[in-house]
Amino acid sequence: MAPVVVTVPTQAKRGEVIEIKTLAAHVMENGFRRTQMGELIARDIITQVVCTYNGVEVFRAELHPAMAANPFVAFTTVATESGTLEFKWTGDNGYSASHSAAITVT
Amino acid sequence: MKFVLLLAAAASALVQAGEIPLAERRSGYEFMSRDTRAMQDDDTTSPALFSLMEGEALFKSNCQTCHADIKGVAARYPAVKQGKLVNLEQQINTCRTERQKAAPLAYESRELLALTTYVARQSRGLPIDIKLEDANRKYIDAGRATFNRRQGQLNLACAQCHDDNWGKQLAGTPIPQAHPTGYPLYRLEWQSVGSLQRRLRNCMIGVRSEPYAYGSQEFVELELYLMWRARGMKLETPAVRP
Repeated sequence: MAPVVVTVPTQAKRGEVIEIKTLAAHVMENGFRRTQMGELIARDIITQVVCTYNGVEVFRAELHPAMAANPFVAFTTVATESGTLEFKWTGDNGYSASHSAAITVT
Repeated sequence: MKFVLLLAAAASALVQAGEIPLAERRSGYEFMSRDTRAMQDDDTTSPALFSLMEGEALFKSNCQTCHADIKGVAARYPAVKQGKLVNLEQQINTCRTERQKAAPLAYESRELLALTTYVARQSRGLPIDIKLEDANRKYIDAGRATFNRRQGQLNLACAQCHDDNWGKQLAGTPIPQAHPTGYPLYRLEWQSVGSLQRRLRNCMIGVRSEPYAYGSQEFVELELYLMWRARGMKLETPAVRP
């Protein structure tokens, strides 16, 4: 499994806006570069990041070739109830990574 | 009158060409934009994190049995070991080949960068601790000579930018003072972590000169001189640079 780092507050008050930060290790090869021999280097990027909160999708992003390596994606959501946040990254060449984080809402 | 003016001009040229006074030294961090600083400041968002994590795993499985406490080690390299000047990467490889009987890691390979990053991270916040001693004097002098030597098709010495013209702009980017406070570091231009020698090669190619080979004596001497020049400044490894 490709390494990812996710920062989620472990505790939050109901209705509070929480910030979630994600970082995934990936070369994000844009598909436009060439080798010294002039051959095109095939595109290899993460194409999608999805976050679900207790099964409900709260965030989705589509990534494109202009993204830098090791894409950092941060977003906010509202803490509604205790449970799990599931993160899933998918990309070219069968790339896939996932992570889950528990949150307690009081 | 003319003579006085000439003298004044000569004196100002002398002042300008000297080494940067200790109190005026600034880390490359201070020349960066707010956004890039934020990347370095937040440990959870630093793109160098993956190298650090890999280095931690490698260190714990291969090195920790002997090296329980490595705080401050990176602040003392390059150092003279058994009569030879070595940098941190070379010392890690010496340990691998002599004590572990393992194959040395290639310079600039992911594993060597990861290990070096992890080891140097343990000295973060500590002052660079290179002292001018009898053992390293000739290497520091050699490094200083390389730093001041004009080279390449552009006929430029390191000192002409980094001692004489720091703080000014070179094609829109600020010229830093060239203090190696955060290596190995994540450079946005590289989209990866890299060593000080990789950065030095960039500058050499920039002045159209033939870069020294990775791990060459000239590079290690230059590293030593730069670390001595930055003595007392705090290590930031893994830093982020544009």
